[in-house]
Amino acid sequence: MTPASPATAVPAASSKPRVAALAALLLAVCALPFLVSNYHTFQLTLVLVYAIALLGLNILTGYNGQISLGHGAFYAIGAYVAAILMDKFGVPYWLTVPVAGVVCLAAGFLFGLPALRLEGLYLALATFALGVSMPQLLKYQHLEKWTGGVQGIVILKPDPPFGLPINQDQWLYFFTLAVALVMFVLGWNLLRGRVGRSLVAIRDQPIAAEAMGVHNALYKSLAFGVSAMYTGIAGALGAIAVQFVAPDSFTIFLSISLLVGIVIGGLASISGAVYGALFIQFVPNIADQISKAAPWAIYGVFLIGFMYLMPVGVAGALRIGWARIKRKAGSNEHRSG
Amino acid sequence: MDAFLNQVFAGLATGGIYASVALALVMIYQATHLVNFAQGEMAMFSTYIAWTLIAAGMPYWAAFFLTVAIAFVLGVLIERIIVRPVEQAPVLSVVVVFIGLLVIFNSLAGWIYTYTIKVFPSPFPKEPVHVGTHFFSAHELGAVGVTLVVLALLYAFFRYTPLGLAMRAAAQNPESGRLVGIRVGWMLALGWGLAAAIGAIAGMMVAPTVYLDPNMMAGILLYAFAAALVGGIDSPGGAVLGGFIVGVLENLLGAYVIGNELKLSVALVLIIGVLVVRPSGLFGKIHVTRV
Amino acid sequence: MATLLEVSNLHAAYGPTRVLHGIDFVLEDGSITALLGANGAGKTTTLRALCAMVQTSGEIRFGGARIDGRATEDIVRLGIAHVPDGRGTFVNLSTEENLRLGAYVRKDKRAVEQDFERIYAYFPRLKERRHQQAGTLSGGEQQMLAVSRALMLRPRLLLLDEPSFGLAPLLVREIFDIMRAINQSEKVSILLVEQNAAMALDLADRAYLIETGRVVLSGSADEIKQNDAVRRSYLGY
Repeated sequence: MTPASPATAVPAASSKPRVAALAALLLAVCALPFLVSNYHTFQLTLVLVYAIALLGLNILTGYNGQISLGHGAFYAIGAYVAAILMDKFGVPYWLTVPVAGVVCLAAGFLFGLPALRLEGLYLALATFALGVSMPQLLKYQHLEKWTGGVQGIVILKPDPPFGLPINQDQWLYFFTLAVALVMFVLGWNLLRGRVGRSLVAIRDQPIAAEAMGVHNALYKSLAFGVSAMYTGIAGALGAIAVQFVAPDSFTIFLSISLLVGIVIGGLASISGAVYGALFIQFVPNIADQISKAAPWAIYGVFLIGFMYLMPVGVAGALRIGWARIKRKAGSNEHRSG
Repeated sequence: MDAFLNQVFAGLATGGIYASVALALVMIYQATHLVNFAQGEMAMFSTYIAWTLIAAGMPYWAAFFLTVAIAFVLGVLIERIIVRPVEQAPVLSVVVVFIGLLVIFNSLAGWIYTYTIKVFPSPFPKEPVHVGTHFFSAHELGAVGVTLVVLALLYAFFRYTPLGLAMRAAAQNPESGRLVGIRVGWMLALGWGLAAAIGAIAGMMVAPTVYLDPNMMAGILLYAFAAALVGGIDSPGGAVLGGFIVGVLENLLGAYVIGNELKLSVALVLIIGVLVVRPSGLFGKIHVTRV
Repeated sequence: MATLLEVSNLHAAYGPTRVLHGIDFVLEDGSITALLGANGAGKTTTLRALCAMVQTSGEIRFGGARIDGRATEDIVRLGIAHVPDGRGTFVNLSTEENLRLGAYVRKDKRAVEQDFERIYAYFPRLKERRHQQAGTLSGGEQQMLAVSRALMLRPRLLLLDEPSFGLAPLLVREIFDIMRAINQSEKVSILLVEQNAAMALDLADRAYLIETGRVVLSGSADEIKQNDAVRRSYLGY
């Protein structure tokens, strides 16, 4: 039940069929908003938002082994930064995204410093406390003139720029897609290089890593910061898409949703972020029709079930399955060749 | 002075609840080195079971004891069926399973009982109790009393009975426990059962005050975490003392310093503070692994 | 004399590392048998294998019935008491609580109370420290406590793993004398694992020499003592 083996977690992109497949996928993804309703486009935008957040959490928990049960807090910070900047200071929506990223980078790094001394279970405890206490903090009366208190803040949906012939939902989708692509490419680069290997080394063999010259403390704090940055950017994008932030949107259950996302999608996996995002966006929609409580019951069962049956998540299972198919194809070639 | 004493006493009353839940957490921690994130939701769910029995006409104390028994069995079953397979797994897997349990209990309660709050009866009289010139709520007094009785019974169980001795031994040194013939696996299950029972009692004592709803225990769990850490996560006595300290602190800070709105943040600061400054708490011996 | 313990073709491994490669030996009822060998030879692993504390294959028969494959807790109930290497004391419990745990599986309460007195007669120092926390006892006292806890079971077979480890020779002699007395008066068979071959051979009736997971020599204690190779390698003369 260990997370996916690090060596195979970040795929190389250089093979031709792989590039072709990714290009085709990108084309399909761009075509989608023109093929489905506005509401579905909105849902797909949220999938992209969650994917960014999940990649962030995965960097910290999947690759670096630091358990966070409170990432909803960073999502909330990003969302509120965007909302406050837009509502109180008239900052254009596209600028709030990088600002939210920087704020959360700092917040994550700062939280990561005391967290350095905490291992496994205790870090989970501390981040759980962060996630539980966030809504109360957001409702605090002395911050009300910024945060809007219990009612939160409503923000306006941005219009497409340059008079493009698409509607607001479609524009938001492409905007979010662009940010997501940037964040994913950035993350992919980071994780497949020395940084990624160092993070994984710290996760699996911290003493050996330190002995080999990896500055554990720095990397762990940076991992926290970068992870928070990703989730904060996702929060900002989410706020813009939903047009609304309120404290009760950011309870511990948001943090738990993010955890569900990376467990289902696959720890230490980039594509896992996408599978996980699809899961946490659409399963509640479907399950909601059974009962208000059903989505969470499903989450719980899936969390436990995946730990027993598919600890590598969907991404890992796909990878293993694909490898098996390739092996069979390869051995067939040998025989016929 | 009156108001201050009332705050202190109210703090002791809630502190008793925190002490009970913290004790349940410590019991499981001592035996397994794991923190049961689902402890609060299990307690809440047990309280709903009690509510169902009472709503069906059962007298309070009969429902109380039956609920405690049911919670005990539930705890044993959860340990044997869900927790045992992951006991040796990496921390992340265990935490995920516990969060899964948390979520399942929360949603089961919401599904069966809906999210509208319910009134939960108190077995204690409604009229306040006079002690000299002070008034105390009878329920608060009763809750503290029940907490103390439970703690005394537990202490006696662990100290003076063969089974209690076996459980302590199995928690400290499972291998040696096996060598004297203790069925260590069942001791763990028993520990979970007891922890679940204690949680149920805590839930039933707090529900009359905060009203019964599926999210009733989330804040309390956080305070119990803080209490267990303050007292020492592997010290049962510490957990109890920590509970009362945290309860009084919460009330006094809420009344005089920061207002009642940021209470959970107090718990957060306590938790992080203890973990960073003095991880073994007041009485614990455990060494939190530092990197 | 009947055979109490019979071990055939015992293999044992810690994960992928194989430690025992087919151990064979017997222990006669009422005897004291020693397993000798250097560090890492597999002596401790053999004792652990008897108590199912390590993965094994092969046959282990106790009193004629097979016990390989059964759980440790059940093997204890058959009357095998293991004093592990490192003592295995419950350090946070008192001396008396440790002893009481030794009798955990017994149902005869009055006899258990009598056994307390018998143990205290053998080891008066334990009686003095009965309420003291076991972790604060000296090394020698903890060894006495470990042996006593095993004796509280009223075992048929006592497994002793390196009882002399870290103890002054005088103390070891004291403990070994008590072992001999218990073996003779209470008919407790003893399987003794020792690095200190000289002291072990003084106590034992029979001995087996184990090297890298195999039995390489066996015989009565006297025979082994006079074996030239043993004298040179293990007895130092």
